[in-house]
Amino acid sequence: MTVLINYGLGNINAFINVFKRVDIPIRTANTVEELKGASKIILPGVGAFDHAMEKLNNSGMREALDQMVLVDRTPVIGICVGMQILGKKSDEGVLPGLGWIDGDVKKFDESTIQYKTKLPHMGWNDVNVTKSNKLFDGLENNALFYFLHSYYFNCNNNDDVIADATYGVNFACAVNHHNIYGVQFHPEKSHQYGERLLHNFAIL
Amino acid sequence: MLRPRIIPSLLVHDKGLVKTVKFKDPKYVGDPINAVKIFNEKEVDELAVFDIDASAHNREPDYSLIERLANQSRMPLCYGGGVKTVEQAQRIFGLGVEKIALSSAIVQSSQLVPQIADRVGVQSVVAVLDIKKKMLGGYEIYTHNGKKATGLNPFEFAMKLQQLGVGEIVINSIDQDGVMKGYDMPLIDKIREKISIPLTVLGGAGSLDDIKKVVAKHGIIGVGAGSLFVFKGIYKAVLINYPNRKEKEEIFNL
Repeated sequence: MTVLINYGLGNINAFINVFKRVDIPIRTANTVEELKGASKIILPGVGAFDHAMEKLNNSGMREALDQMVLVDRTPVIGICVGMQILGKKSDEGVLPGLGWIDGDVKKFDESTIQYKTKLPHMGWNDVNVTKSNKLFDGLENNALFYFLHSYYFNCNNNDDVIADATYGVNFACAVNHHNIYGVQFHPEKSHQYGERLLHNFAIL
Repeated sequence: MLRPRIIPSLLVHDKGLVKTVKFKDPKYVGDPINAVKIFNEKEVDELAVFDIDASAHNREPDYSLIERLANQSRMPLCYGGGVKTVEQAQRIFGLGVEKIALSSAIVQSSQLVPQIADRVGVQSVVAVLDIKKKMLGGYEIYTHNGKKATGLNPFEFAMKLQQLGVGEIVINSIDQDGVMKGYDMPLIDKIREKISIPLTVLGGAGSLDDIKKVVAKHGIIGVGAGSLFVFKGIYKAVLINYPNRKEKEEIFNL
């Protein structure tokens, strides 16, 4: 079953509602015990990088997650800050990230943004699929997603980028390395497009 | 490319959805949950729901209604009305709301902004300023559904809120509310000049063209509307509507 990591961050209800609509079972996990039997893992997140890492490190689930993702190769998707913490470190904080994908989190360079509001990057933006991937099945053209962030994931290995978006610069808004996925936008709040993406992940 | 946000703004009064004119004469326009379902189908960018009874009657937010709204909403949802404490904000956030709008509470104590932002994140804290023209020129902030003058200058207060770390400011023109004759463009221009955090404007939209004018001038901005998205025609028949993707692209000049 798909399991949603409930470590105190992210709109848990929104994910549960999407899964109800697409009629795929999902449950939340607050403990290692509840993680057991997960065939897919969703790692949500909002807020600051260090806060997310602290919460995850103190959740009691960190070791079990490392084992499930890196050794057992259970598919996992990080959402928003949940994606950012897949990296090694962030401009936003001092704590090390999970390091599951080779990349660092950078702050947008405000001088590249021509709008009066520089940050956050907030609203609906085009997502350009750069590499065929089952996650974006049916979303290759014209998909729009809702974004809300000021930092972005900078992959050290271009091969891990599966979609990009533009805000001042082109940045990786979706990444994939083996069983590990990350999206910067909020599929749980992105209408049919987000529903499709979460559905695609659940049936990988 | 990033698009401006077009945001239906819904008012809740006596558990029903209403629309006002200049903050008065609430007219019943339907059931809030049903409206959210229709706006889901129309794929709105974002939705704002304001309970206009809570602060005016010194009531707690209606958590059960908020939860039902959040459960339905397939798009980012902003809730406002009666939020005065960090605990209330946290509880509402836990129900699945993305943004919490504060109005009278921050006019009374602007220190609430950093306190709430600290718990739920800066990006989730929205300040709503209800603004009315003064008789002899200039503008003033009002609270309690436009009944209470505060003596505050909206431009100075907006700058203060930006400094205190609010995530977004919504300016709501009392004079233009429900009039459907267009936004108060000088007000928007002046506030946009003063603050660089995300801004949403509300009050006056009578046509998609009015929205287009704001977007043409200000680019990335939130453009809210009430009457426009719940009424149709000169007799104001209740009909929930919203521009489709093609109409939006015309508004954005894409």
